[in-house]
Amino acid sequence: MTHTSIRGLRIAVTGGTSGLGLALVRRLLDAGADVAFVARGRAGVERVCQERPDAHGIVGDVSRKEEIHPIAIQVLGALNGLDVLVNNASSLGPVPLAPLADTECEDLERALATNVLGPFRLTKALLGSLAATAREGGAPLVINISSDAAVTPYAGWGAYGASKAALAHLTRIWDAELAAEGIRMVSVDPGDMDTPLHAIAIPDADRSTLKNPEQAAAEIVELIAANVARAPKVETLS
Amino acid sequence: MIPAAAAVQRPPDARLMVVDASGHVVHKRRADFAALVHRGDVVIANDAATLPASLFGIHVATGSRIELRLAGRRSLHPHHVHRFTAVVFGAGDFRTPTESRPRPPAVSVGDLLQLGPLDAVVRAVLDHPRLIEVTFRGSAQEIWEGLARHGRPIQYSYLTAPLAVWDTWTTIASRPVAFEAPSAGFLLDWRLVDSLRAREATFVTLTHAAGISSTGDARLDAMFPLAEAYEIPLRTASAIDAARRRGARIIAVGTTVVRALEDAAVQDGHVRAGRASATLRVGALTRLQIVDALVTGQHEPGTSHYELLRAFQDDSVLRRVTAEAERHGYRAHEFGDSLFIVRRNGNARTFTTTSDTRQGPPSEPASDSDQIAGHSG
Repeated sequence: MTHTSIRGLRIAVTGGTSGLGLALVRRLLDAGADVAFVARGRAGVERVCQERPDAHGIVGDVSRKEEIHPIAIQVLGALNGLDVLVNNASSLGPVPLAPLADTECEDLERALATNVLGPFRLTKALLGSLAATAREGGAPLVINISSDAAVTPYAGWGAYGASKAALAHLTRIWDAELAAEGIRMVSVDPGDMDTPLHAIAIPDADRSTLKNPEQAAAEIVELIAANVARAPKVETLS
Repeated sequence: MIPAAAAVQRPPDARLMVVDASGHVVHKRRADFAALVHRGDVVIANDAATLPASLFGIHVATGSRIELRLAGRRSLHPHHVHRFTAVVFGAGDFRTPTESRPRPPAVSVGDLLQLGPLDAVVRAVLDHPRLIEVTFRGSAQEIWEGLARHGRPIQYSYLTAPLAVWDTWTTIASRPVAFEAPSAGFLLDWRLVDSLRAREATFVTLTHAAGISSTGDARLDAMFPLAEAYEIPLRTASAIDAARRRGARIIAVGTTVVRALEDAAVQDGHVRAGRASATLRVGALTRLQIVDALVTGQHEPGTSHYELLRAFQDDSVLRRVTAEAERHGYRAHEFGDSLFIVRRNGNARTFTTTSDTRQGPPSEPASDSDQIAGHSG
């Protein structure tokens, strides 16, 4: 179903080939947004592009510094600017999950690279475009996908929880700092969802107790729609 | 002047030479830039991000290694990403000064250039054997991916290390459409943008696809700047109108902003929002209609950037600027020191015809114009 306030919005989603990211890509396209998504695997990107030829698929790994600008160039090339960035791509850290004392430093580094440095670098590379959107009367928004593990110290979720806590705090500080530029930055905890990432973390979870990622995606679409309302007036050239 | 050899956008010791309307020169630190901005001024920067526009590959007909440097596109319309103006270089890379590079093979219409993942076909050889128009094969997405992954930033031999793409993006960089960095904007960071706001100045942007500055071929360099696509947002046009109504100053960050604004005002002295291609060559004969002051780099006589300064101040003043820069060891080029130059008293916003200063092709077919007619902001 199209969604009046979302139609034509230029939205980029990282981690867009599975779980919440994929559900979000589909919903946003259905709502009439212009969507670019990023994922590491070319096969996955091509699969989603085959299903949804209206999406712009970009192969890239946000945890790798040297891939950030190539990703940004392709996002901006495909969308000709940006209204909303959803930093959704996440790493669990050690798999299977491990207590911190048994977590390899490299696994913690990977979680931080994907969950903190990746969103920081990609947002920074796209900040000029988001500020341009604000100057043109839009309501640029960055959504960082968080988790209750960012708040509650669950045993076994050390690398993931610490990295998501860092991301959530970075989001709060950055949001305050960017208020003058007209850019909003928010964290969203979508809840425990029935996704491939969750299945890797807790293989024997009772899936019937888990939230459908479609539901979480619908909530994020509503959040984006509500944010549009704060835009004074979008004035872009056709 | 000494070239700035390290890719640092905001070195803490960067300097700023200030030339006021009467041609007096004072030396400041670049950190003092905000203090030169008055309440009510409109500061306009170029928010173009820089494409990695240097593409290495093969001229298939001869098997020769070439470097293709993209230099222009017909407009900033998002659909116009297949055709580019470009300059062909021979083997080697930025480490060899452009004037010492081996000559490229002769290219002809229809030739195929294999540039990593990108295939380009030569569509035209323009007014110089090395200046060509190419069309990339494939979808827009494939072209963006090829440029993003295979392209390298254009750079010159005075830089000692290869540039990363992020070295070439200003803090405010938005859409990737410039071929070389709009480097005057390197002085901007978000704190400075915020301080302009605190001074009750207006900060707005335009997007201008800055072309390439030098090829090492005198005849080709004399044709620069080529036509450069730009886009002026509605809010920027309104901010300019408002500033002119209240008599406030327009301060351009970078020569590209001067060129875009003065080109936009060529017809009737009024800047309209929209997309166009700048063909105006700003120089000694140009009567500036929009821009009151410019912050830019330190430019050497003989370059097209230096020519543009002649619209702001007399040659005697510019000679003093050059002498002062030499005496005080100012650093040149994109990572060098800065110059803040105010238009001389008398070169006011008078309407003049500029047909004698406009350059020839490449020109735009009328049907490609995206200018928004009749919009006054």
